[in-house]
Amino acid sequence: MIAALCLQDLSLERSARVLFSGLSARVAASEALAVTGANGAGKTSLLRAVAGLLRPAGGEIVFEGASDAGEARRAHLHLLGHLDGLKSARTAGEELLFQARWSGAGDDAALAAAERLDLTRQLALEVRRLSAGQKRRLALARLIAAPRPLWLLDEPLAPLDAAGRALMGEIMSEHLAGGGLILAAVHDPLPIAARTLEIGR
Amino acid sequence: MSALGILFRREVSLAWGKGGGPLLAVGFLAAAVTLFPLALGPAPGPLAAVAAGVAWVVLALATLLTLERLFERDCEDGALDLLALGAPPLEATCAVKCLASWLVNGAPLALAAPLAAIALGEPARAAPLIFVTALLGGVAFAFVGGAGAALALASRRGGLLTAVIVLPLIIPPVIFGAAAIAAFVGGLEWRTGLALLAAYALAASALTPFAMAAACRNALG
Repeated sequence: MIAALCLQDLSLERSARVLFSGLSARVAASEALAVTGANGAGKTSLLRAVAGLLRPAGGEIVFEGASDAGEARRAHLHLLGHLDGLKSARTAGEELLFQARWSGAGDDAALAAAERLDLTRQLALEVRRLSAGQKRRLALARLIAAPRPLWLLDEPLAPLDAAGRALMGEIMSEHLAGGGLILAAVHDPLPIAARTLEIGR
Repeated sequence: MSALGILFRREVSLAWGKGGGPLLAVGFLAAAVTLFPLALGPAPGPLAAVAAGVAWVVLALATLLTLERLFERDCEDGALDLLALGAPPLEATCAVKCLASWLVNGAPLALAAPLAAIALGEPARAAPLIFVTALLGGVAFAFVGGAGAALALASRRGGLLTAVIVLPLIIPPVIFGAAAIAAFVGGLEWRTGLALLAAYALAASALTPFAMAAACRNALG
């Protein structure tokens, strides 16, 4: 479990350029933190550092309530990057089931998530036939199918239409109500109550 | 089903579907084997003398052809993030990708290799040994080629890097495999070559996953 995510005096570098330094923040259970900043400020890098894909230049990332960081990253967080990780030549259903199973969810949970996201009719289509918003919703399905406390969302709303954004807000509210944590990199405000953290200033 | 089993099934289905799958490799093998008699002349003497070596070189190149983009696609579409964050260690994930590629491309090539060698002039009694050595060589090629493909992720001149790193590493299996077949046909001791080939395949499958995982982490970070 993850009770809270703590960033302590964090600094990140990309190709010898300092993105930000001395960043401290805390996200507790049932809390959402929206990270804002100009293009290239390091929002995506911050999410990837929390997920463990990128090594911080300094400072610490602490998962409170988890026995160790590796375990927390493997089993207790979801990273939804700005790429959806879907194979264009496979059907939406195949990709849905793979992503959900790989995350440890059962097929029933995956199909229920697809229904929730209004994707049931698209499951037989190849991924290349889906719109950007439908792909994003498909990638989102594993977050619903395999419940994990910490969600790292990179521009989760960008390709979604108005109905999709409203649905996303509903799903995020439910996640928070269940004691979840959300760290999201955004340009537009999230459709839920969230604290804002601006980086790169 | 375990996470690695799920990944294996997906990798097999991806490798099977994309761009013709095993047909590409087997087609390359068939085309290259057809070209050699045309280039060297139809006399059976010189052709039979080099048949084992030619079959092996073509086999190695056909395998490498299928491995070039083993990690690139996953890196481009973001699936590599998902794989790297999965429950199994990244080393095991990389090994499973190589094994799936071997099953889809290497095994059909191993089936086609005896035919290719016989077409070039090897005696038919060598066919079982050619199949076994091609199967073992395929394991070595898949893992070494996978390591090259992973290392190429972080560089823009990936293809060049693959050639420089992978080609030296596939020399030993080519030598051992072709030597075992030549020795068998010549009535000499052939088990040594086969044993060395098996040892190389085992070592490659045990060691390269660490290099692949490190290269993937480096490319993601």
